[in-house]
Amino acid sequence: MSDLEYVLQQLINALSIGSLYALVAVGLSIIFSLLRLTNFAHGDMMMVGAFATLFAQLAGLGFLPAVGVGILVSALAGVIIERVAYRPVRGAPDVTMLLTSVALTYILENLGILLFSSSPRNFPLPDWMNHLYSFADGRITFNNINLLTLGVTLLALLFLNWFVRRTQVGLGMRAAAEDLTAAHLVGLDVNRVIVVAFVLASAFAGVAGVLWAAQAGVVEPQMGFTPLLKAFVAAIIGGFGSIPGAIVGGFVLGALEVLIQSLPGDWGLSPYRDALVFALLIAFLLFRPGGILGVRQEVKL
Amino acid sequence: MKYARLVVALALIGLLAGLGPHVLPEYWVRVLIVLGINIILVSSLGLSNGFTGVFSLGHPGFVALGAYVSGILTLELTKKGAYLPDLPGFLAGVQLPFLPATLIAGVFCALVAVVIGIPLMRLSGNYVSVATLGFLVIVNVVLVNAEQFTRGSRTFTGIPPYTDLGWVAGWAVVTLLVLSRVAYSPLGRAMRATRDDPIAAQAVGIHILPARLMAFALGAFFAGVGGALYGHYLVSFSPATFYVAMLVQQLTMLVLGGQASLTGAVVGVSAITLLSEVLRNLERGFSLGSLQVPAVFGASQIALGFIFILVMVYRPQGLLGDRELPLVTGGRVAKGAGPVYKDTVGGGRT
Repeated sequence: MSDLEYVLQQLINALSIGSLYALVAVGLSIIFSLLRLTNFAHGDMMMVGAFATLFAQLAGLGFLPAVGVGILVSALAGVIIERVAYRPVRGAPDVTMLLTSVALTYILENLGILLFSSSPRNFPLPDWMNHLYSFADGRITFNNINLLTLGVTLLALLFLNWFVRRTQVGLGMRAAAEDLTAAHLVGLDVNRVIVVAFVLASAFAGVAGVLWAAQAGVVEPQMGFTPLLKAFVAAIIGGFGSIPGAIVGGFVLGALEVLIQSLPGDWGLSPYRDALVFALLIAFLLFRPGGILGVRQEVKL
Repeated sequence: MKYARLVVALALIGLLAGLGPHVLPEYWVRVLIVLGINIILVSSLGLSNGFTGVFSLGHPGFVALGAYVSGILTLELTKKGAYLPDLPGFLAGVQLPFLPATLIAGVFCALVAVVIGIPLMRLSGNYVSVATLGFLVIVNVVLVNAEQFTRGSRTFTGIPPYTDLGWVAGWAVVTLLVLSRVAYSPLGRAMRATRDDPIAAQAVGIHILPARLMAFALGAFFAGVGGALYGHYLVSFSPATFYVAMLVQQLTMLVLGGQASLTGAVVGVSAITLLSEVLRNLERGFSLGSLQVPAVFGASQIALGFIFILVMVYRPQGLLGDRELPLVTGGRVAKGAGPVYKDTVGGGRT
């Protein structure tokens, strides 16, 4: 195998996994920028979206309409958790909100286990999703899932960019991210903005959940946990609270993970991939808490 | 009553260790053992999370390290050869009694805490929580991969079942005595000052890092000891034993009782332990008159999660807030030094 083809193949892998991380991390960052909430339950929106898609398909819907249902359900789930669990503790110390989200993720995952059992379920996919493209005598391969992951992520991010720049709610969101209290004082309907933020973030997580399930081939109640942790890392190394930061962080993390696993020669690092990723996170928190993009840190006096 | 605490403590140990196993049914002895271990684990978590406000999510990482260190040190030599054939020489040939193994486990955890604490204790708020969660993930990955020491993700088994009510009661009392002595000393006051207002604390000459590091390392020491006790109680465990489920359970106990109160930790642990036992029995299904309630496994975890959220919403300071029994503080604390809970912005509970 020539080097160029190997590098290209790894690049495809990196883009595919990186775009998933970016998609999840963007939602985390939007919510963090508004509420300073480190939302652990965000990963479970992936689980909700994937399960809703699965059951919509089992109920007889075609794949694409089922995905639509999945995204709607996860957006709805986002609205519900905001109303039930986060609005009552809004304005409490950061740690209180973080703990609430930890409790929420524990409830959702155990609810998932209770309803669907903890064993993984097959995630049915139409044949065209698995269609394989092969170049250079099979040395570079990717399938429609990879293409779709990248394409859908780019579309979603473009939509988000348009939304926060060109719509009134989106502008309100940016104002509230600057200063929630001040935005409230000048008459912004803070509740509406926050609900819209949860709709967007959870819908994105739902999309990511479907794509993740498509790549893994299965859905399970705890499927959201690992990608959530990775998305935390992505959001923080990019610059927590910043949308471009989350995107940059997602792709950097994807590239890094692929690099750790595909380095030529046996460095013995692959099994320690997740440990290395979190060591990187800690290093960023210590030496560059603003992330790659250097997001401004506020100091409360 | 200068020696009131000591008298109460000794009476408690004597009563539990001497009478407990003979009077109580086996089931209640086991419940009490788990209760005691959780008192050690949760009150030590409270020292860093409640008193210094450095909200660590890495506690189960130390519990895991304690359990594995003590497990490796006490394993019978013949079993060691069979289960862990690749141990390095200095570990392969040792078999320590319970107490030294437990102490080494605690000291090991405290050292790890100092090493990772020197950088991490500079962080605050959400950042320190995420970073300590990172520590938990790293510990888990390392335990799964260090097969030479831990058998990897397979069950680590054959550990001698040393843990009994006497050991647990003894260590729980030692933990509470040490923690209450530290928490209500000038050092403890410095810890609370760094929590309530780090900038003002620095301005009056308190060094933030040493105060936080002390709390973190001491908490890790007792987490290691508690982990060792838990390991010798379970007899076999795997890295998955000490992960997110354990973290959520410890956090629920801590916030229910009151983060900045050792009495609160004990109350929280007792309440959740009893509740879990009740729920666990209900889960198997029961009949209420003519009504047959079917078995719903996993419902107790969900109930635990709901209790957690209800506490966060309606009583974020926990049942006790920062109140203590006079026995704990020894009369060395002024009232009204609890954490401040801000008003809600734009919405809130309406």
